[in-house]
Amino acid sequence: MDLIGATLAWIAGFVGSGELWQRLGEHLTYTFGSVLIALVIAVPIGYLIGHTGKGRELAVGITGAARALPSFGLMLLLVSLVGVVQRPIAAYAAFVILAVPSILAGAYSGIQAIDKTTVDAARAIGMTEWQILWKVEAPLGLRLLVGGIRSATLQVVATVTLAAYINLGGLGYPLLQAIPLRRDEQAFGAAIIVIVLALLLDAAFGLIGVLLDRLIPTGAAPRRPRRPRAVPTRRARMVEAPTAS
Amino acid sequence: MIEFREVSKRFADGTLAVDGFSLQIPPHSTTVLVGSSGSGKTTLLRMINRMVDPTEGTVEIDGEDIATVEPVKLRRRIGYVMQNSGLLPHRRVIDNIATVPRLTGVPKAAAHERALELMDVVGLDRSLARRYPNQLSGGQQQRVGVARGLAVDPNILLMDEPFGAVDPIVRAELQQEVLRLQRELGKTIVFVTHDIDEAFLLGDRIVLLETGGRIVQTGTAEEILAEPANDFVAEFVGAARGKRALHEERIGDRTVLVDGLGQPAGVLDSEGGSEAGG
Amino acid sequence: MNWLLNNYESIPFYLFTHLRLSILPIAIGFVLALPLGWLAWRFQVTRGLLLTLVGLLYTIPSLALFALLPPLLGLPYLSEANVEIALTIYAVALMARSAADAFGSVDPGVRQSAVAMGYGTWRRIWEVELPLAGPVLLAGLRVVAVSTVALVTVGVLVGVQSLGFYFTDGSQRQIPFEVFTGVVLTMLLALAIDGLLVLLGRALMPWARPSKRRPMNRWIRALGTGKVAEAVR
Repeated sequence: MDLIGATLAWIAGFVGSGELWQRLGEHLTYTFGSVLIALVIAVPIGYLIGHTGKGRELAVGITGAARALPSFGLMLLLVSLVGVVQRPIAAYAAFVILAVPSILAGAYSGIQAIDKTTVDAARAIGMTEWQILWKVEAPLGLRLLVGGIRSATLQVVATVTLAAYINLGGLGYPLLQAIPLRRDEQAFGAAIIVIVLALLLDAAFGLIGVLLDRLIPTGAAPRRPRRPRAVPTRRARMVEAPTAS
Repeated sequence: MIEFREVSKRFADGTLAVDGFSLQIPPHSTTVLVGSSGSGKTTLLRMINRMVDPTEGTVEIDGEDIATVEPVKLRRRIGYVMQNSGLLPHRRVIDNIATVPRLTGVPKAAAHERALELMDVVGLDRSLARRYPNQLSGGQQQRVGVARGLAVDPNILLMDEPFGAVDPIVRAELQQEVLRLQRELGKTIVFVTHDIDEAFLLGDRIVLLETGGRIVQTGTAEEILAEPANDFVAEFVGAARGKRALHEERIGDRTVLVDGLGQPAGVLDSEGGSEAGG
Repeated sequence: MNWLLNNYESIPFYLFTHLRLSILPIAIGFVLALPLGWLAWRFQVTRGLLLTLVGLLYTIPSLALFALLPPLLGLPYLSEANVEIALTIYAVALMARSAADAFGSVDPGVRQSAVAMGYGTWRRIWEVELPLAGPVLLAGLRVVAVSTVALVTVGVLVGVQSLGFYFTDGSQRQIPFEVFTGVVLTMLLALAIDGLLVLLGRALMPWARPSKRRPMNRWIRALGTGKVAEAVR
């Protein structure tokens, strides 16, 4: 009981002093900043792979290998390579590297999951390749792309928590500060805040998914199995399974 | 003998698949249940080994109400062959055939010996024994399925559209194989199909079913062809469309049999050949 | 490189500690996830509930979970048990979903035929469904194994040593090569475990390998019957 009371008191103080907003701001800046950069890099490549069908093996390999990559180690490695001054740039680079594989997988698998006859039909009625990409493949593949962005975002949120170790702030800061000092209520409270943030982001992406299902009705959700017990395709599963962070 | 007494089956979702069905299936002969989808034929078949329990009525085997028999034990003494063979993909051919004997506690060596014999019986080369099912052709898999159904030497063999998924040439081969086996073994075979030609070929007795497991007509192929009980049967067996109503036509110096649609069905060879006409 | 020459003797210790810390969560997670996955596959109600729950669990950032568990379970912050339990939670969360998919991947026809032959429920689950779910279970297990090995490194932030030690130590001492060594060793360990799992899968599930004999057979048969043109098709 003591802990709960103390935790609530700590959270109240954290919010009241305005530190929450500062840390949250840092956290979200890193997260969305790196996810946006990753989008710019990964979506065109993913669409190219999905549309042409070339380089799929490479993309699968990258996504698989990325899962074995320890994100904390990657971040520290890049930071120690570039030195103290350019620390934020190194951190951004690490987050982008972590975000790219999921988005790439989401982009190309979204296109590859589309019924081939649909694309053939589009070509048959005289659409150019660009039109096929923008009017058929991009909207129909959006659901899986959003799934990939969701995985990437959650992974980056988790890794940004570790960025406090290299003095970059974020919501991990009070958490990392509390552990060696044995401030249980602070560790507990900060952990809860981080978890709430992750769950809120997850819920937001869930909501976007529901909206997309409404907006793009037919065939737009290739992941939703026709029969309730159908197994997701290997590709869909790959996008769905988040990488460690 | 297998006897259905006033059997009905209503599924959990409310559909009445079978409504007051009664039938006696004589031993040591092949009875074919034939009908389109929704006629309840597979449901009826599955009642015999209690894969489906009737909501009303009883099913008896040799006078014994099978509702009193433990399903697992019952199934182990009834052979079952299904579409796509239903072989266990993680077991070698020989172990697939030996599955039920092993379930009933037959030692492995004896079960394997028996399995090899059965491979001979169904016309499979013994060299295939160590293969996995996915290394066999569709027809070979189906033969393994039949061998497995025969493994405990059951009196009753249930066959649920066993050849529905193989190509026509292999199907014809397998049908001949079933006829041969039945001549040699004399099992009580209950065979389900939607293919009326298959039913006429294999069935000593044919039971034509309509929606809800309602029997439209029962009899031999000849009886049904000669006297279809109603328009539905006539339509179903193809008599009405003229597919089986053949007449002779002279083409050149030969007699060709032509069906009601004008499709040539064959050449009559009983008139001593073309020399007589020439 | 100097660092490596002076410190290579410490590598086996951290490598084996890392391995030891990884194996338990992977193994326990796998075993716990099997019944959960089966229940999720079998019953629609549990499916929605369970998969939502495990999805949420996996969303929790690892450092937050490391900080959350000790007060909840009455463990000291710096204990190995804390990290092991957290990693087991992740493993179960990831694996339960795979297990549900795996049981769903079993051909319903094969399941039916097992029933028709007279398999009892438990024997059928054990001898037919579990082995047939094997390939998809293995795919899930490989993801769990690789993720777990990577996640163990975060434990160093709550004082649980592993190859992650090289990350923090190298970072503090400004030796990039030390951090690099840690990253490479972690990935190699993950890939080694992954490779072992693949080999294990081949040994246990010889039937699941895409049959390479088949095309060959087609050729041999074709040569025997003179239908080469057909085989080329």
